[in-house]
Amino acid sequence: MAFNNNGDGTTTLELVLAWGFVGIPLLWGIYETLVHAMKLFH
Amino acid sequence: MGLLSILDRSHTIAKPGFNRWMVPPAALCIHLCIGQVYAFSVFNLPMTKLLGITKSAPGDWKLTELGWIFSIAIFVLGFSAALLGRWVEEGGPRRTMFAAALCFGGGFLVSALGVWVHQLWLVYLGYGLLGGIGLGLGYIAPVSTLIKWFPDRPGMATGMAIMGFGGGAMIASPLSVWLMSVFSTPTHVGVAKTFVVLGIVYAIFMLVGSAIVRVPAPGWKPEGYVAPAQPKKLITTRDVYVYQALKTPQFWLIWIVLCLNVTAGIGVLGQASAMSQEMFPGRVTAATAGGFVGLLSIFNMAGRFFWASTSDFIGRKNTYFVFFVLGFVLYSLVPYFGGHGNLPLFVLCFLIIISMYGGGFATVPAYLKDMFGTRYVGAIHGWLITAWSIAGVLGPVLVNYIRQYQIESGVPKAHAYNVTMYIMAGLLVVGFIANFLIRAVDDRHHMAIETVDEAVGVA
Repeated sequence: MAFNNNGDGTTTLELVLAWGFVGIPLLWGIYETLVHAMKLFH
Repeated sequence: MGLLSILDRSHTIAKPGFNRWMVPPAALCIHLCIGQVYAFSVFNLPMTKLLGITKSAPGDWKLTELGWIFSIAIFVLGFSAALLGRWVEEGGPRRTMFAAALCFGGGFLVSALGVWVHQLWLVYLGYGLLGGIGLGLGYIAPVSTLIKWFPDRPGMATGMAIMGFGGGAMIASPLSVWLMSVFSTPTHVGVAKTFVVLGIVYAIFMLVGSAIVRVPAPGWKPEGYVAPAQPKKLITTRDVYVYQALKTPQFWLIWIVLCLNVTAGIGVLGQASAMSQEMFPGRVTAATAGGFVGLLSIFNMAGRFFWASTSDFIGRKNTYFVFFVLGFVLYSLVPYFGGHGNLPLFVLCFLIIISMYGGGFATVPAYLKDMFGTRYVGAIHGWLITAWSIAGVLGPVLVNYIRQYQIESGVPKAHAYNVTMYIMAGLLVVGFIANFLIRAVDDRHHMAIETVDEAVGVA
């Protein structure tokens, strides 16, 4: 996939892909940690 | 050579129309990966059973020997960030991220070989030295680029990246445990193959970051952004050369501020599980304490973004004043809540404390930018990270040794941390004074305008 760098601007798709690329693993990590943290309240 | 030229700063300059919100994900690609270092301890126990598989056998590595892997990596992180900071600033973010990806990913691969042939020195060399260089380069690589893209919100921008460093461990820990379970067999614990997969995955992830990162064109400003007509007293509009910055009292005062803020937090972070169990015997079990540590990780990460973003509105100096005053109050209250068995308020105190620990890391690049300008902020930040290395030793030593001394003096375990809490509160008073003494950098330390233009290649 070529990221747009030839003068015609960043597309919304590129932004969504870039944020999804880092956001999905991060959210998964937070979810896993939260599940673990819930033991504190049991 | 021609192929490698795409890594040069000149090939990284954004064309018109580039959206600056592409840069935080690029930075996160790096920080989410190198944040793995905080989760390295998940490999320690399995690596004590590489020969015995189900339990340690003669010839297996000991925990004390394995502890050095993390220590070497953190030491090299600080050392490489300090020494290579200028190379990072002058070479640009893409070249640095590329190098960080090769070092960090390569470090895992060398370590995998070390585990496979059971040679510990190869793991020290791989994850410790090579990986440590990757950590140092990766940590400072996106900082000044983000600050240049977000002159209107530098705290928020660097907070986002450094938040990723806190979040990296949350991904790495369950991922590593899962990979080891997949690769474990009756004859192997699965560490070597896990290292290979992690090395390749992290390298690819970081290379994506280096591919999408861009630096703004000279003179670029965000649409509608107007620099304040009346510059604020503590925000310079000029630059200070990296080695000149080291000669200013402001650098060393910020060094003390960071060191003490981190010392107070890092000791607690490392001992949170044991501390909560010992202060609330019978009420906090090992599993519950694990949940407490998980919550601390989330607040450590969230605090990085929250406090750094807040600093854009209330100022960097005031943000650290909040850390030191609020931290002092909370540390002083912990023994009271512990003594009265008030677990919810005890937990709340530490969640806020640990959010400010993360906030201290994330706010400091913008503090440096305010003091020394944007040109060499990444390199100056690299030198400042030595404060982290010192705090990484000071914090745990204070907590562990004072606890031990208290217990040996006959103090019950539930009260063994009280003196430590008061000492931490005292350290924050010293940090408050250091922060109070910070003034604008004297004019004689600033670079001449033409020198700056030459340095950034603007004719």
